[in-house]
Amino acid sequence: MPMTADLGSNRAPETGAFFQRDRTWHPPALTPDYKTSVLRSPQKALLSFDNTLSEITGPVFGHAMLGALDNDLIHNFARPGESAIGERIIVYGRVLDERRRGVPGVLLEFWQANAGGRYRHKKDGYLAALDPNFGGCGRTITGEDGGYAFRTVKPGPYPWPNGPNDWRPSHIHFSVFGRGFAQRLITQMYFEGDPLIWHCPIVRGIPDKAAIKTLIAALDMQATVPMDARAYKFDIVLRGRRSSLFENRLEGN
Amino acid sequence: MTQSLDRLKESPSQTAGPYVHIGLTPNFCGIGGVIPSDLGTSMVNERTRGERIGLKIRVLDGTGTPLKDALVEIWQADADGLYNSPAELRGTADPDFVGWGRCPSDMETGLCVFETIKPGCVPFGDGRLMAPHISLWIVARGINIGLHTRLFFADEAKANAQDPILARIEHRVRVPTLIAERKGDAYVFDVHLQGDKETVFFDS
Ligand SMILES: [Fe+2]
Repeated sequence: MPMTADLGSNRAPETGAFFQRDRTWHPPALTPDYKTSVLRSPQKALLSFDNTLSEITGPVFGHAMLGALDNDLIHNFARPGESAIGERIIVYGRVLDERRRGVPGVLLEFWQANAGGRYRHKKDGYLAALDPNFGGCGRTITGEDGGYAFRTVKPGPYPWPNGPNDWRPSHIHFSVFGRGFAQRLITQMYFEGDPLIWHCPIVRGIPDKAAIKTLIAALDMQATVPMDARAYKFDIVLRGRRSSLFENRLEGN
Repeated sequence: MTQSLDRLKESPSQTAGPYVHIGLTPNFCGIGGVIPSDLGTSMVNERTRGERIGLKIRVLDGTGTPLKDALVEIWQADADGLYNSPAELRGTADPDFVGWGRCPSDMETGLCVFETIKPGCVPFGDGRLMAPHISLWIVARGINIGLHTRLFFADEAKANAQDPILARIEHRVRVPTLIAERKGDAYVFDVHLQGDKETVFFDS
């Protein structure tokens, strides 16, 4: 696939370094109430340096690679004429950067449990049944304004081995590519009104309640399709880019 | 009060969890027919320029046990040191080399294997050349925010000795944590999440 085009934009590509990551806004590596983090969390200080070209650049993915059902989890694993079981929903929003600019050409990949809270994965032994018509994965690429949308069923909450009785709130996992490798992000989307959010040790690894709220999608009755599917709005924010105003540049650079 | 800078905050990271394969490598975990092939599995073709190399990467936890459920992505320059990216303004990279790869840990051995090429040198901000390197991004269950680091090559001792990023590592005993040894036909690189051999991870 051709990777060098700047996705139809006439603007010169941006080449500035990214804003420093505010690590107090993210969960720290070690969150003991999420037990698996205990042996998987680096303990030494991170090595800090301003972005080099290796962080400023990143791969680009073209819309041509997308299949017609990639953003329709209700049908992309279903037998012909059938569809996944569950509450039909549309998830939509924009990928923005910290400067509030929409980010076009962002590959979003998402995965989730089925309506009963069961993943199609050999490591998931939860009692809830698999849905033969639900795979649980999809992908899309943001448009010129950073917008995206996909259709799915609302995932169910599920119990998981951590504490003796921990349950994950309903959630959809998102993988996000920005324009530079330093923007690479994986996060999870939660659903407005779910009381399990505030009990979850993975969610509570995020220190600031205001930060947690940015991961809770809002029910949007105006984007709902009557008699068909409810809609949830979920915006994702990536690190902003510094502009190169008055930057010192070496000759020939 | 002052004017507002009117900026947003980056979305907080959350762990990729144990089922990251469903989203990022569905064919690898048995979900066929949704996408034709998993992204990032093949990095080179017969026209790609450069020396073919293999990478064998493992991620080990604080007990030294290899993770069987991690996912590693790599990002690198082509054989001439150019990135295949819109932000690369120095020239046009090899059209037969994307420079990005993705591999889940083998569920038995924990190995992530990449077939790629040796990257050329890329300049640091001040124009000095950095030693040939490959950027790594590691996610897994229990990792709350993706880990960035770099892989350097043991047979580039001279370039490594002058590398501006390696030079910033205060405790010199930690430099070898970023250097892959050549063993047979591949470079072997163990990423230690904790312990005496904890890999130097980046905040950049
Ligand atoms: Fe999950």
